[in-house]
Amino acid sequence: MELVKNVVCPFCGTLCDDIVCKVENNEIVGTINACRIGHSKFVHTEGAMRWKKPMIRQGDEFVETTYDDAIEKAAHVLADAKRPLMYGWSCTDCDAQAVGVELAEETGAVIDNTASVCHGPSVLALQDVGYPICTFGEVKNRADVVVYWGCNPMHAHPRHLSRNVFSRGFFRERGRADRTLVVVDPRKSDSSKLADVHLQLDFDKDYELLDAIRTVVRGKDILYDEVAGIPREQIYEVAEVLKNAQFGILFFGMGITHSRGKHRNIDTAICLVQELNDYSKWTLIPMRGHYNVTGFNQVCTWESGYPYCVDFSTGEPRYNPGETGANDLLQNKEADAMMVIASDPGAHFPQNAIMRMAEIPVIAIEPHRTPTTEMADVIIPPAIVGMEAEGTAYRMEGVPIRMRKVVDSDLLTDKQILERIRDRVKELQASK
Amino acid sequence: MSEIILNPKVQPQVPLEAQNVTPDMFAGKSIDEIKNIEIWFGNEQVSLSEFFDVEGESADNASEIKIIIDGDVDNTKRIGQGMTAGEIVIKGNTSMYVGSEMEGGKITVEGDAGPWAGRDMKGGELTIMGDAGDYIGSSYRGDWRGMSGGVLTVYGNAGNEIAEYMLGGKLVVKGNVRIMPGVHMNGGTLIIGGDVIARTGGEMKGGTIVVKGIIDEFLPGFEFLGVEKDIEIDGELLEGNYFKFKGDNATKGAGGIIYAATKGNAHIAP
Ligand code: SF4
Repeated sequence: MELVKNVVCPFCGTLCDDIVCKVENNEIVGTINACRIGHSKFVHTEGAMRWKKPMIRQGDEFVETTYDDAIEKAAHVLADAKRPLMYGWSCTDCDAQAVGVELAEETGAVIDNTASVCHGPSVLALQDVGYPICTFGEVKNRADVVVYWGCNPMHAHPRHLSRNVFSRGFFRERGRADRTLVVVDPRKSDSSKLADVHLQLDFDKDYELLDAIRTVVRGKDILYDEVAGIPREQIYEVAEVLKNAQFGILFFGMGITHSRGKHRNIDTAICLVQELNDYSKWTLIPMRGHYNVTGFNQVCTWESGYPYCVDFSTGEPRYNPGETGANDLLQNKEADAMMVIASDPGAHFPQNAIMRMAEIPVIAIEPHRTPTTEMADVIIPPAIVGMEAEGTAYRMEGVPIRMRKVVDSDLLTDKQILERIRDRVKELQASK
Repeated sequence: MSEIILNPKVQPQVPLEAQNVTPDMFAGKSIDEIKNIEIWFGNEQVSLSEFFDVEGESADNASEIKIIIDGDVDNTKRIGQGMTAGEIVIKGNTSMYVGSEMEGGKITVEGDAGPWAGRDMKGGELTIMGDAGDYIGSSYRGDWRGMSGGVLTVYGNAGNEIAEYMLGGKLVVKGNVRIMPGVHMNGGTLIIGGDVIARTGGEMKGGTIVVKGIIDEFLPGFEFLGVEKDIEIDGELLEGNYFKFKGDNATKGAGGIIYAATKGNAHIAP
């Protein structure tokens, strides 16, 4: 058995870079340091089925085909569509994403990533009011007040707390004991159990509570004795904890990005962090889910000027989540063809969107059998980035990390597949 | 006024984008030339006549042109975008962005309008007889300067975040709205005839919001200034008693005013 060290985990946005993989006969059979979900991705437990060959739908079944044929079919579908949608992108590397943006431009498509159903609201909010962010290193070495709002890292990002809260840092020599942990969550969770302060607010009242905290931080009184189920005194106490921090960090997740008001919750949270800088040093980091969802937003922004939901239909990039998001296009029945890569909307999108997916041609660039591939017309399996191919990914707070190749694969990479589709689409467009 | 009548043929599933349907674009063109004006059909440009029968008489000046769209165009976006003069009447429903960025002239939608109607509106009159969607009279994504002039009136209900980042002008919704009317508002007037679910004037710094119906939930960051009788807004007298609030004190330099009818709103006063 061979040990491959310093492997980067291709699962969640924490992008742990200290994994050791145990390799036997060109297969990963075990890991050291990875959490349970990271480990599962490496060793493919839970009955995952890999596609080993490209597939094309014929009637009700899939038949094996060659990369050439699958790519030919995919290129035709995209070149012929009037409003193609290219969705996913969050579990692949930045170079593949860059080719994807080029392909979208070439086909006059709308390109969107999984942010539109997770931290898209955060992106919208930071465009409105700014982004006072820092790196994990600063959190570990400096933070003495750590807030997790609307997230449950113990389950979704299992090593996040150990790396950022329990770990010892330069100015936090005792680790956890040197930090105050605040969890804001309507429910009791395995993360809230660890907290010094658990603000158990009412569902869908994040904006109200933030409005109250901001008002109190600014030295004004609030209208009511209780806001979002939290008594006035506790709001004043929490405001004091936040103001008296030496270095504060707000981590926030889906519980606030997708509760009522969405991006406006983040907008007011960002403003709170900005205003706390009148008293102390405060920063924030979104708890991004897929390991390279941040990378897509970076790549798409440097290629097109916009982070997601980019519409190339008129030749120039346009952007309007709510109109040009994957769900908007599917639910409004605008999309007439779809390419899915590195994500599984078939498992996660609402019924109305899935119904549209079933009506239109779907191309899936996907290593595993998933609900999305069940609906696909063409399935093109890639090598898995971070295990069978190398590539760059961005950690949740925007630090790029080079991912390693651990084992060999004879499948094409996402980037190679996309380049071949792009080249073929260009030929088809030229002959039109 | 010369009337140009556009008769919608069929509305395709892939939407049309008709920012070229304005009196400004039609001015000085013959009916045949107007038929060949290009509109977007997905990622392709097609001539107007592919989806509309065009008849009537054109004129040299936009201000002398009245465009009548004789039927539903519920999958056509951007009608009247950026128009400066003349008139458009839509005898049915329409999709997103009707009258967005308009600077002058008049648009009447006899049915419903989609989201972003009157987005970044600078002047003119936009009237929607039916319901309207989210973000009417709002700003472009990421911009902190929204609707700055003109009058937008909705006779039915409207959606979320209307008058977002509003700077000036007047927005009137006779029916109910959802959450966050006037969020980040910096100026102008928003009058809501019906009810609001929550977060009226969230993070507002300026401007005036009047709610005649019931506000289900109100934000804690406002300051209660008392009750006022028969208020005057933009030269218009609104009779009755109103709770007056100033805020949103969550933001620096907050100076927005909210009037909420006392009837049915006792629960939001402290
Ligand atoms: S916390 Fe995330 S990145 Fe780290 S090992 Fe677990 S799944 Fe992988």
